[in-house]
Amino acid sequence: MGTDCPQVATACGSETFEMNDPVDVLIIGAGASGAAIAWSLAETRMHILCLEQGGWMNPAAYPSTGRDWEARFYGDYSPSPNIRARPEDYPINDDNSPIKVVNFNGVGGSTVMYTAHFPRLHPSDFRVKTLDGVADDWPIDYETLAPFFTENDRMMGVSGLSGDPAFPPREPPPMPPLPLGKSGVLLAKAMNKLGWHWWPSDTTVATLDYEGRARCINLGHCTPGCAQGAKASTDITYWPAALRAGVELRTHCRVREITTNEHGMASGVVYYDKDGVEQFQPAEVVVIACNGIGTPRLLLNSASARFPNGLANSSGLVGKNLMFHPYAQVYGYVEEETDSNRAPPTCLWSKEFYETDLSRGFVRGYAIQFGRGVGPIMEAVMSEAKGVLPWGADHHRVFRRLNGHRLALAAICEDLPEEHNRVTLDPVLKDSHGIPAPRVDYAISENSAKMMEHGIARAGEILAAAGATDICVNSPILYGGWHLLGTARMGTDPELSVVNEWGRSHDVKNLFIVDGSVFVTSGGVNPTSTIQAIALYIADQMKRRLANLFD
Amino acid sequence: MSIVKTRATAESGLTPAQRDDLRVIAAMMIPASAEYGVPGADDPAIQADILATLGRDTMRVREALDHIARLAGSPLAALDPIRREVVAKAFRASGGVAAATLVRVVLQCYYRDDRVLRSLGLEPRPPFPKGHALEQGDWSLLEPVKARPSVWRRAP
Repeated sequence: MGTDCPQVATACGSETFEMNDPVDVLIIGAGASGAAIAWSLAETRMHILCLEQGGWMNPAAYPSTGRDWEARFYGDYSPSPNIRARPEDYPINDDNSPIKVVNFNGVGGSTVMYTAHFPRLHPSDFRVKTLDGVADDWPIDYETLAPFFTENDRMMGVSGLSGDPAFPPREPPPMPPLPLGKSGVLLAKAMNKLGWHWWPSDTTVATLDYEGRARCINLGHCTPGCAQGAKASTDITYWPAALRAGVELRTHCRVREITTNEHGMASGVVYYDKDGVEQFQPAEVVVIACNGIGTPRLLLNSASARFPNGLANSSGLVGKNLMFHPYAQVYGYVEEETDSNRAPPTCLWSKEFYETDLSRGFVRGYAIQFGRGVGPIMEAVMSEAKGVLPWGADHHRVFRRLNGHRLALAAICEDLPEEHNRVTLDPVLKDSHGIPAPRVDYAISENSAKMMEHGIARAGEILAAAGATDICVNSPILYGGWHLLGTARMGTDPELSVVNEWGRSHDVKNLFIVDGSVFVTSGGVNPTSTIQAIALYIADQMKRRLANLFD
Repeated sequence: MSIVKTRATAESGLTPAQRDDLRVIAAMMIPASAEYGVPGADDPAIQADILATLGRDTMRVREALDHIARLAGSPLAALDPIRREVVAKAFRASGGVAAATLVRVVLQCYYRDDRVLRSLGLEPRPPFPKGHALEQGDWSLLEPVKARPSVWRRAP
């Protein structure tokens, strides 16, 4: 760090900061996409710095190491940042949304707290306008991303099985799939009875010892961090490799805004360091990897005299077209014992209803994600809330019939982009540094609602085929806003998109976005695999164009 | 459960009257059962666990207990069983997030009690480091799916 104190033009006017040495590439966010691009760019030997608002995770402190493992899901390991409220979390006003945002902030980002279900978008997902006349085509296609999917599967360590007839041929994943277990067998038999497609899920849970990670021992409570290290989060996959290659990662550093110079180029960022001190970090290239909520928040908070509507927002589309995947969850109870919480929740998927069939009453489709069951506390809490588990003398008998007998599935519905679904800045709410917080306004579309109803009906048929009773529905899953997509979409037309076909801002030639914000449409599957493949693809494009990156 | 601490009652932030109502409503939710050999949720160790670990739920639980007090008009224990049942039903129906929080707090302490877990055939331990066994299952079930023609949609 240097000693002079430069004047920097910021959203607040002109401010003076202690000077940090400039870096070649500054990445904001150390999650799924930030880690991937950091690792990929490291081979350029450029000075790469990543600023992350959270810290390193300590697997020894993950919930599954303690007797209160289930209870912590409702507290300091809640998927909702508003409930979790750790110092590194920022609040989100999602009052005007039937789906609440869930995420995680720290090295690894939301990969620390995902289920590790790892499907890829389908080829048809990139061509929805051409195929179905809705939304827009992507400026890239599946074939373009295919090598980066493969590379990402290797880096994250994917377990799965090639040969799925509902997906194009591809190379075998690095590890075999998770066992079917008791739940998988029950579900597979039901699907075979109906003659519907199913396949063992691709998952980033290691089924073998892999690249320094120990294989899965079925802790079962995978979502809020894997104490075994079998679940791939980028703090234990990409980041060790990136750091060994020379990337610098600065934790507990929250970026307030991206600054620009007199040429309209990004000049660096203003951030609060671990002691809460404002710093200015100059950079030649800025890469945003903050997810579909954090990225538009940062761009809107970076408004200036030159960019009064927010940075990179000449299209007016920053924050618009927010897509979740509305989840329609259905579960029931069988006489047989299921895997309950004694295995990873990821199990099988079905693409039976993935592609458009207009006779169903909606366009596009959904994947089905099957689950194995839940632990005793979650079973009790959910069943009581649904009115299935009574109070009083009959409580014990009913609980014994429910606990360890649940089969669950969810339709992950493709959400189409709509401009009124958006992220803006809340006029009142701020984070612990006083930075305006994001506000989410979102409504489920008629098409998505029809899709969810269809999914609920089919799920009921599947559970009936499995012999399940006491069917319960959560639609949408309230705290189901895992997938944050579309708020800085990619495209070739600067009036209709925020970044170009290789992730560079149309407006600011040294500013890149690599997270789920760039999705043009959402597909009907968990997006992390595709987000990371896109980040690797953008890194590749940058490396190919280093000599004329800003042209 | 080993994390039970008797000092909790003094540190829980609940008044003695609130602790009494909490004990009574917990017993109404989950009474002791000789048939299954389990304590009720009013068991002293389970109540101590609840009070010791209220933490961030304290405000909501207090709110819920205030709601019960308003509905009951007197200590729950002083009501006859029929009236108590009416209050409990009204509490669950009208108590909103606060009632749900109180119910969850009781359930999460009850279903981690060693005696309760053993009665369910579960080991009272954290998942890590022992983990669990997961059987492979019958992979021949996949054969009919493998035999299906390719169904993915080609894109131009």
